[in-house]
Amino acid sequence: MEYFPNILFVIVLIAGIGFFARNVKRLSRNVKLGKDVDVSDDKGQRWKNMAKIALGQTKMVVRPIAGFLHIIVYVGFIIINIEVLEIVLDGILGTHRIFAPLGSIYDVLIGSFEILAFLVIVAVTVFWVRRNIIRVRRFIKPEMTGWPKQDGNLILYIELVLMVLFLTMNGADYQLQQMGADHYLKAGMFPVSQFMAPLFEGMSMSSLILLERTAWWLHIIGILCFLNYLYYSKHLHILLAFPNTYYGKLKPKGQFKNLDAVTAEVKLMMDPSADPFAAPAEEDAGEPEKFGASDVTDLNWVQLLNSYTCTECGRCTDECPANQTGKKLSPRKIMMDTRDRLEEVGKNIDANKGQFVDDGKQLLDDYISREELWACTTCSACVQACPVSIDPLSIIMDMRQYLVMEQSAAPTDLNNMMGNIENNGAPWPFNQMDRLNWAKEE
Amino acid sequence: MANELKVPTMAELFAAGQKPEVLFWVGCAGSFDDRAKKITKAFVQLLNKANVSFAVLGTEESCTGDPAKRAGNEFLFQMQAVTNIEVMNAYGINKIVTACPHCFNTIKNEYPGLGGQYEVVHHTQFLKTLFEDGRITLEGGKFKGKRITYHDPCYLGRANNVYEAPREMIRKLDAELIEMKSCKQKGLCCGAGGAQMFKEPEKGDKDVNIERTEQAMETQPEIIAAACPFCNTMMTDGVKNKEKEGAIAVMDIAELIASAQDL
Repeated sequence: MEYFPNILFVIVLIAGIGFFARNVKRLSRNVKLGKDVDVSDDKGQRWKNMAKIALGQTKMVVRPIAGFLHIIVYVGFIIINIEVLEIVLDGILGTHRIFAPLGSIYDVLIGSFEILAFLVIVAVTVFWVRRNIIRVRRFIKPEMTGWPKQDGNLILYIELVLMVLFLTMNGADYQLQQMGADHYLKAGMFPVSQFMAPLFEGMSMSSLILLERTAWWLHIIGILCFLNYLYYSKHLHILLAFPNTYYGKLKPKGQFKNLDAVTAEVKLMMDPSADPFAAPAEEDAGEPEKFGASDVTDLNWVQLLNSYTCTECGRCTDECPANQTGKKLSPRKIMMDTRDRLEEVGKNIDANKGQFVDDGKQLLDDYISREELWACTTCSACVQACPVSIDPLSIIMDMRQYLVMEQSAAPTDLNNMMGNIENNGAPWPFNQMDRLNWAKEE
Repeated sequence: MANELKVPTMAELFAAGQKPEVLFWVGCAGSFDDRAKKITKAFVQLLNKANVSFAVLGTEESCTGDPAKRAGNEFLFQMQAVTNIEVMNAYGINKIVTACPHCFNTIKNEYPGLGGQYEVVHHTQFLKTLFEDGRITLEGGKFKGKRITYHDPCYLGRANNVYEAPREMIRKLDAELIEMKSCKQKGLCCGAGGAQMFKEPEKGDKDVNIERTEQAMETQPEIIAAACPFCNTMMTDGVKNKEKEGAIAVMDIAELIASAQDL
């Protein structure tokens, strides 16, 4: 029985990590449902972007209040992980505060964890107030009702509870150290949790030990649960922000990709020596490539990674000129819809032994309406605003391409404009021969 | 107009065995839109004044394909692009200047992949170099102390990170440059981009150009400076909607400089 806690701990740990690994596998399978895209260029710049944008949080602080509070939670998350390492080692080896021999370094570490934990509690509280009391505009948009709203609050509650458990564990430990309890060696500095002493007034040593052990166990189990909650939540950004900023667009924001399949056809049309009646070459005999995107599998894998990375902060939507003027378009919703549809497709594949079975649905119309797509001014404000290099605009453009090139379903005004370009080389019905008339006009 | 414009075409110069320093890509708005034509002429006046050797394609120019591409018609875009590239490559063109940020963006960023490699500059950048090289100078203070706010075109600013050249031109005027609350990287669109210029807006509370005009009016400007023919139209319409056309002028950077020169 002596090793029962160690064995239990190892089982919990393996279960937690194992389940997480299963989710990572599923996520990676879903992302790979996207088309291939070459992102092997300029690795140096890509690493730099990741260091600056994800690690350095440079785009978060564009909005100073949210940015500053986010940095606290982010630093708290990273630093407190050192403490998690100690907890894991203690759990496996049956030790208590295994890093304690570090002496004064240990004191500083524990002390700074405590201060960070306290600051995280403050930041998380402010975040909750911004979402629920002040109701900051970007958190109360139509796409933020139901699960997305709950999800946002749930994450804040979990973080709050984890930090409270951490401080309770330390606070009880500190009392036990003062009492000279067995195993509770004098180690660490407790600048925050020492003030919890009045809460423990009159508690016996055995109940303090029970409290300390309960907090310790709930804290680590809570962390493992949170790790596994990520996949079902918008909170995946804490992991995916790193690859996402690495794979983010390097070209100028105004540069949209040229479709190679179209280039091949245009070149053929322009080639005076091409035989218009030639039979297609052998390798072309397959199904012609579909232009644009009507479902998630028509998008590339970076766009799908984008959708899992989105944490629904809504900075894109807040900056979107269409959304600001009351149109239906919300770049955040484009990302959420893409992710939700991708999840649906993934579940379909899981339920049908690895094969996708047509469910009569697609991203276009069933998730994203044409009205949303046509409201975009392609101004790149959403791309600029995203703190983790997500590109909602590229998805909008791919879907417009599908509407126009596969369905000929552009709004009438745009068909007129395109007809003019085709006929007379200008979006308006003016004769190309009149293009220089301005030079002679008074 | 005091001076007659000298507007050579590539075809004329080619016939005479000459090659200009730069091609002025006029664009559809600059060629056909009555308001934008004034910008074109103002810019040509400046080119003439600075003795820049330039030419236009004239009737050989055709839409870059930008609105088609942004509307989703990649096929039409590439047809336009390949045709234009063929014309420009036949003339051996190396450098292009244009007063339209949409043409600028498309030729600079999207033509290279289709065989059109050129050095492309926006007219505000070109004017800046003309000043730096001393080819044009500015004296007198026609705009001295005037309150001017500058609207960043999306396809010049965010899309291509050109924020300073147009502002530097405004500073040359000795005017008071007042920034709107959302400017530069956070500049609000005028509402014309992505082919919106050519269609009715989707249902909403307000038109984008009205929102942007209101932001501009918060700075209490005498002049709203623009650097894009489409932004110019949208802002002009916005000012008219607010019945402020008597008090607020919407002017292109080229027009401001040309007007300060008394051209």
